[in-house]
Amino acid sequence: MQAWFEGFKHQFELNFIQRSRWKFITTGLGNTLLITLFSLLLGLVIGVIIAGVRSTYDKTAATARPTFGRKVLGFFNGLCKVYLTVLRGTPVVVQLMIICLVIFAWSDNGVALASLAFGLNSGAYVAEIIRGGIMSIDNGQFEAGRSLGFNYVQTMQHVVLPQVFKNVLPSLMNEFIALLKETSVAGYAAVRDLTYGGNTIAGQTYNFFMPLIAVALIYLALVMTLTWLVGKVERRLRSNDH
Amino acid sequence: MTTDVLIRVEGLEKHFGGGSIHALNGVDAEIRRGEVVVVIGPSGSGKSTFLRCLNLLEMPSAGRITFEGVDITDPKVNINRHRQKMGMVFQHFNLFPNMTVLKNMTCAPVTLRKKTKEAAEATAKQLLERVGLLDRADAYPNQLSGGQKQRIAIVRALCMEPDVMLFDEPTSALDPEMVGEVLDVMKQLAREGMTMVVVTHEMGFAREVGDRVIFMDGGRIIEQGSPEAVFEHPENARLKEFLGKIL
Repeated sequence: MQAWFEGFKHQFELNFIQRSRWKFITTGLGNTLLITLFSLLLGLVIGVIIAGVRSTYDKTAATARPTFGRKVLGFFNGLCKVYLTVLRGTPVVVQLMIICLVIFAWSDNGVALASLAFGLNSGAYVAEIIRGGIMSIDNGQFEAGRSLGFNYVQTMQHVVLPQVFKNVLPSLMNEFIALLKETSVAGYAAVRDLTYGGNTIAGQTYNFFMPLIAVALIYLALVMTLTWLVGKVERRLRSNDH
Repeated sequence: MTTDVLIRVEGLEKHFGGGSIHALNGVDAEIRRGEVVVVIGPSGSGKSTFLRCLNLLEMPSAGRITFEGVDITDPKVNINRHRQKMGMVFQHFNLFPNMTVLKNMTCAPVTLRKKTKEAAEATAKQLLERVGLLDRADAYPNQLSGGQKQRIAIVRALCMEPDVMLFDEPTSALDPEMVGEVLDVMKQLAREGMTMVVVTHEMGFAREVGDRVIFMDGGRIIEQGSPEAVFEHPENARLKEFLGKIL
């Protein structure tokens, strides 16, 4: 027991204390959180725009007149569909490497590039979550809004979106959790995130056990905290569900 | 009743499914101010589609609809402005579940009519009083019975002070014991001189309140006239068959 403890202590000092190797972990954690946060924001913006275009096009199909505006909307709808197909049809690691190592090969701002890559990817999934939320609202709600004299945007703003927001918030938060874990592949493009940090230590000490377990525990703690938060929000939404 | 025409429908057609289904095949009709018009007919006859075309919830495939002298099928017309004057009541109520009764009623007047919240609420409360639901002003729709929901839906539409009320089978989704309370509100509205177009299966209501009954089948108006003429002396064979089944 004593020997095991001594060994553990030695390993711990080797991996985290000597040469301030713990900094790989903290810097990596900071970058992981930054990447997750920025890509979440970017993903939300992209997702809302795409969901808006796609559901407006679908929702107004029955009543729209074949005007020029309709054609423009149709064009953007097609564009959004291509975006969704490509971004959801290829692995995020490949997208990340293309962005970091091909398109922006001249830049070494890893955090910004990774945020861009994960944000573009997440936007595709967020778009479908929000669009699903909009389409799940009974069409009678749209009709009631329109029959009172609200235009399309006002109906969305006052009637539909408040209901959508409530329905999709838990799904969006789960997307956020998945995103946090997904960023662990950032190292493929030499972006110094948490996993990369752990890996760097392991490369220097030839000891994989301790740095990787530490990394896993940090992810687990983050995900558990966020999951707990989602549960809390869900309960809150249900409790004032009328 | 004046003879002032409020809604004129000319050659109205509506096709669905890329033209394969003809829900309306050339409907001509007039709704006069203060008139209560009841539209009856078998299911699939196009009566709901006809009603929903009146405020362009369904875009007509052909034909013209003139409301208060304006051709609202003209693409240049801002339909939202005219819809404010055409209240609509749906089979499934379509109250906004995330708003209280009062908010359901005041949301549109405050946003679209630029009424103050206080003025809109005062109007809403008067209307609630009239339908006996003032005590439910702060309830949410899922706390109400079907009959209560539909009465709220009616007064929600009335809050916009419409010139005509369109009813799309307003009692069809209700339990039988709640039909009466909704019909009572509609009767009261008719007595006050509201112009109403009502798609319904309630023949008693049609007889008692209707100024004119329109019988539709196959996307056309087959016969129309006073309730007495339509119910007591039907001429068309299909109308006779329809009445034979339901009366």
